[in-house]
Amino acid sequence: MSDLVNINIDGKPCAVPAGLNVIEAAKLAGVEIPHFCYHPNLQVAGSCRLCLVSIGTPARDRATGEPVLNPDGTQKIAFMPMLAISCGTKVSEGMHVVTNSPQVKAAREGVLEFLLLNHPLDCPICDKAGECKLQEYSENFGRGRSRYVEEKNAKPKKVPVAGGRIMLDAERCVLCSRCIRFCREIIGRDIFGFIRRGSKNEISVYGDDGGDSNYIMNVVDGCPVGALTEAAFRFKMRPWFMRVVNCVAPESSAGVNTNVWVRENTIYRITPRANPFVNDSWTSDSSRYEYKIVNSDLRLRRMRVDGAPCEPGYALSRAVDVLKSDPRIAVVASARQPLEEQFLLAEFASMAGAKVYAVSHLGEDDGFLVSADRTPNMRGLFVSGLIKEYPKPDLSDLAAEIRMGNIKTVLCLCEDATSLGLEEKDFKLANFVYCGVNDSLTARLAKVALAISSNFEHAGLFINRQFRLQKFDKAVCAPKGVLDFSAIAVKFINAFGASLAENPDIGQLRMRISEMCPILPKGCETGEGGVVIDSSAFASIKFPETKSLHFLDNE
Amino acid sequence: MAIVVVERKKLSFWERTYLPQIAGGLWITLKNLFRKKVTLEYPEQRPALPARYRGAPTLVKDPDGREKCVSCQLCEFVCPPKAIRVSPGAIAEGSPYSHIEKAPAKFEINMARCIFCGLCQEACPESAIVLQKEFSVNGFDRKSFIRGKADLYEKGGVLPDNVMKWRKASLNAEKSKGGR
Repeated sequence: MSDLVNINIDGKPCAVPAGLNVIEAAKLAGVEIPHFCYHPNLQVAGSCRLCLVSIGTPARDRATGEPVLNPDGTQKIAFMPMLAISCGTKVSEGMHVVTNSPQVKAAREGVLEFLLLNHPLDCPICDKAGECKLQEYSENFGRGRSRYVEEKNAKPKKVPVAGGRIMLDAERCVLCSRCIRFCREIIGRDIFGFIRRGSKNEISVYGDDGGDSNYIMNVVDGCPVGALTEAAFRFKMRPWFMRVVNCVAPESSAGVNTNVWVRENTIYRITPRANPFVNDSWTSDSSRYEYKIVNSDLRLRRMRVDGAPCEPGYALSRAVDVLKSDPRIAVVASARQPLEEQFLLAEFASMAGAKVYAVSHLGEDDGFLVSADRTPNMRGLFVSGLIKEYPKPDLSDLAAEIRMGNIKTVLCLCEDATSLGLEEKDFKLANFVYCGVNDSLTARLAKVALAISSNFEHAGLFINRQFRLQKFDKAVCAPKGVLDFSAIAVKFINAFGASLAENPDIGQLRMRISEMCPILPKGCETGEGGVVIDSSAFASIKFPETKSLHFLDNE
Repeated sequence: MAIVVVERKKLSFWERTYLPQIAGGLWITLKNLFRKKVTLEYPEQRPALPARYRGAPTLVKDPDGREKCVSCQLCEFVCPPKAIRVSPGAIAEGSPYSHIEKAPAKFEINMARCIFCGLCQEACPESAIVLQKEFSVNGFDRKSFIRGKADLYEKGGVLPDNVMKWRKASLNAEKSKGGR
């Protein structure tokens, strides 16, 4: 792909990688070619005919193969008599592409007019309005009014598919077949299909509607129009009101890039963000609803001391007292926290001389975007130096140490210790300080329970299964009385004699950890798609993930 | 900017006494005493408002009594002082209008914020929000300025509609259910 070919788009010469199709090449040159059926991660169907452009190649004499020149000595370009689809045409040396000729404009107007013949024009009630390609293209390339006077075809509307998770409206469909190709190529079986012919042609499901698939919702993001919409997001909020925050799904170590859609401190939906090195354009359905934790009833919302709710300041000072009460201290680290907080925890553990425990959360690897390790940042625990071996799925080692009396104080981060091998009586043998997002039996039994912000409420870094360092931004503000763990950790570290700045800035934290850990890039700058860090130091560790999309591909 | 010094006109003797000017002013006052009054005794007398007067925005129903708003939220988007707040909702399945799918679950206009610009009416694709002739909106606290959906429909009334596009859509939907 590194070879460049010289092409000319709308009279502008440019060099693009060989092997690209004309749509992608034009995108690089800053020219938009409208398209419905083409999707960068799916096979080319060439069915919508909206991307028709005029394509010409350098003319050669048929007999001799010599280049044919214009009278003025320049290379003659032989344009094809008819327009060609730019999604199905690869660039070649000397190719000329014209996207703004009257012929191309007329072709686009014609295609859009046909697509709008039987379109219900119900944008005011359509959830896709505002991010609908048909709307945008009709505005930019359409002819502006209809000549159609006959009655429009009626097709099924409000059809629940995929177990009711998706609403199908066949009238709005432009028959691009992206959903058909997604199910066939990515899910691996046919779910959607076309029925009937001509103007009655419509998209439909029969029997298997993909309700059991964990990836079927991707057809909603793929659908360029409002034919497939998300039932959970139906009539919730208009896209133009929402701010898009770049995040990384905390679901598993796959590190799927996501967009979190926020309005006025409320998250409305999560959609995949394209990253060709991690998740292409897809995400799992289960990762789409992880934001529910933000307003969940399970959330720990108030700090507690000895089970009684109290103010954050008092809880923090009590937590420091507990942690300093006995030098036989242990730390339970979490692979769900961002790298910055793990580094702070590592610093605390070394200053307090604490033993470090961690827990692995394993599940079934689906071989795609939900990996066996159901924590987003297990690699971070290794990189920050908290652990050296892959952790056990429970805390039985810690329980044994507590029962032997070797551990008297525990700082437990996020893990519900009572479900991981510790019993109620162990909380009498050792003093627990629990910092967590969720309320749990551990939080109720702990001496001090500190409410910390979830991964949607702070920015941070995750290291995914490819040892790819990826950053995510803060989507919403944490509820009142809930603190960032980084602020709490700095208090703890300072209590043991250090003098770090309180309420550290994320940029300073990242600069600091990149100075402490040479394998991280300076300032933890990750760029758009993340950076793969040097993982040779961890080559001997047995990680549970198996081969899947963009992971262990080359082996 | 350069400073331009404007020369003052030299006043004549009569002009410096100001008497001709006072006399002229009094003459205008005297003339107006015998003219028709242009002011109104406001609370008792009300002004005749022009047909396109832009008063308080309200929601309207169509001649069938159906709420015209489909909660597309374009008025909320276009509203310069952010006076409008729409919470969209779905129309229940059994309703005769279930083919329209969407209606506002909540619709609030904060009249303390409204600037009577009429952009909401202009943006509405359903002609569901109409500026009426009410120009004096009063209240004792800020809450009383927030008008809910019921209040807005009560003030809005019915808007004549020659097209009735949703009635056609429902006929079309019926047909498709029959024999496709």
